[in-house]
Amino acid sequence: MKTHGRVSNKRVLVEVNNLKKYFPVRSGLFQRISGWVKAVDNVSFHIREGETFGLVGESGCGKTTIGRTLLNLIPATEGEVIFDGRSIFQLSSSEMKKLRHDIQIIFQDPYSSLNPRMTVGQSISEGLRIHTNKSRQEQHEIVSDLLRRVGLRPEHATRYPHEFSGGQRQRIGIARALALRPKFIVCDEPVSALDVSIQAQVLAILRELQKDFNLTYLFIAHNLSVVEHFCDRIGVMYLGKMVELADREELFRNPLHPYTQALMSAIPIPDPRMKRQRVILQGDVPSPLNPPQGCRFHTRCPLAFAKCGEEEPPFKAYGDEHYAACWLLETGEPGASKLRPAELPAENVSVL
Amino acid sequence: MSMSGNTFEPIVELMEETAPPTSGVVMVLKRLMRSPGSMMGLIIVLAFLFISVAADYIAPHDYDAANFEMRRAAPSAEYWLGTDELGRDLFSRLLQGARYSLLVGVISVGIGLSVGIPLGLISGYFGGVADMVIMRLMDIMLAFPSILLAILFVAILGPSLENAMIAIGVVSIPIYARLVRSSTLTVKEELFIEASRAMGANHFQIIFVHIFPNTLAPIVVQSTLQIAVAIQAAAALGFLGLGAPPDVPEWGNMLQKGRTYIISAPHIVVFPGLAIMLVVLGFNLLGDGLRDALDPRIAR
Repeated sequence: MKTHGRVSNKRVLVEVNNLKKYFPVRSGLFQRISGWVKAVDNVSFHIREGETFGLVGESGCGKTTIGRTLLNLIPATEGEVIFDGRSIFQLSSSEMKKLRHDIQIIFQDPYSSLNPRMTVGQSISEGLRIHTNKSRQEQHEIVSDLLRRVGLRPEHATRYPHEFSGGQRQRIGIARALALRPKFIVCDEPVSALDVSIQAQVLAILRELQKDFNLTYLFIAHNLSVVEHFCDRIGVMYLGKMVELADREELFRNPLHPYTQALMSAIPIPDPRMKRQRVILQGDVPSPLNPPQGCRFHTRCPLAFAKCGEEEPPFKAYGDEHYAACWLLETGEPGASKLRPAELPAENVSVL
Repeated sequence: MSMSGNTFEPIVELMEETAPPTSGVVMVLKRLMRSPGSMMGLIIVLAFLFISVAADYIAPHDYDAANFEMRRAAPSAEYWLGTDELGRDLFSRLLQGARYSLLVGVISVGIGLSVGIPLGLISGYFGGVADMVIMRLMDIMLAFPSILLAILFVAILGPSLENAMIAIGVVSIPIYARLVRSSTLTVKEELFIEASRAMGANHFQIIFVHIFPNTLAPIVVQSTLQIAVAIQAAAALGFLGLGAPPDVPEWGNMLQKGRTYIISAPHIVVFPGLAIMLVVLGFNLLGDGLRDALDPRIAR
């Protein structure tokens, strides 16, 4: 529990309580609301200062929506987000503007995240112009310093985004997020759009900056192996729900939820002789417009039994800071939720 | 270069090979020159601009001096394009008329832009009720043939060249409003808008710093095309007697006057008609060229 210990005594910087975000679905001539997409449904977690909290799950599971809601870029339907002791949904717009100084975001798509008509320097210093009245010279110095920190050169400030590669643009996006010296950065799949070789580079920069500026990250990803090397604690999401949350090492050593186990078995191992059993989930993620009753995962869960389709499992601790939501854990048998491919019906599991 | 620590060093090296930044205007001009059509358009438009400004200095005769002995004279060495029904030099009058056409083009497009762009930005950015109201108003204006609407405005305001310009400008508002709205809808979904919001920018800053500059390319193209439309419309209004007063050498006016002599002295209608055609063609070619030159997808 080394990583856990590193931050467990730090104060909580971000607290998310029972967060819900429903998007209305409109149809018909008068655009009446005909249903709700439950993108985020009752999710709670907290992030400690200096920590990197990973959020993983398939596309459409609501992880990006959580990131956007934390920044108050889209209004939450219910619940609260407490940042540094203040509930951000209750702030006035001028207080919110001040708070934006402390919270920033890095996006997945480095192409769309920079204004093509602004020079790199203008993009990076935008926040400075909004929040401070620093002189041109001061802005220039800050931009130069940031560019150096992300491995670019000060003279790149006068160039336009189209002159840079994806990895370079992503680093410009990081520099922009850093310009205001925030405390907390939401990294929304910052490396998913990049080549693997560039991914390592960007992650190295993020880690170095975290050390230098004492940053706290919410790291959203769909790639478990990236999360494994980068995050201190990890939350696994499925269809708008948090299904498991634990310290990194604990999660990888002892995944409790069948969904987490399936995700883990999908991580490639760079050893061709290594034989292992893979759990391949059948079917697609159900529509969040009409999520399954009971446990949302039961339609695809190889271990589902009657109760799973009837009642929603509680999200509670099974061990030191290890939370999960699964009925198998409630039955009391230790290891009940472990997927043992040999016992499973053949169509649910393929052994590679 | 040491291998430890600086994993991102090699990328920096690569950057040195890229060309120094070129300004946008130079790049667009370079691309414009690749197509002979748009080059021709550019030359016609530049010549037209020059004539509008320098008409007084290059005209061989006084445009307003009547020579009653030489009424409706055919083109000759003295009168290059002949004379009109009062014996005034047609060439000098055409040169003078360029100024009116330019004024019509610039002012009516200016009116269309200054009202249409803000409407389009508001409509596209805020959406909802504002969008609904603005766009339905624009639809109502678009539902009428524009020349009919222009005639209506001139009828209300009274016939004069200024009112014709206003009428043509007002009629073009919905074109710009729709154009800007559609670009705004695309641009506002871009992540850099969200980044800007996350940084605490207000609506005003987002619209003017981020959205407006990114809607400019189609506006530039539409404006050059619209100048051609405005010149045509002014000529049409002039032809109907709803534009400039009869003695003003506006091209549409000249057409209308010459119409009576179309059999006996065709040059009086032919040359103003050709002038209109040439200028409209010039702006259209330039507009088409700009559309290609400003499209970053064709960037090489």
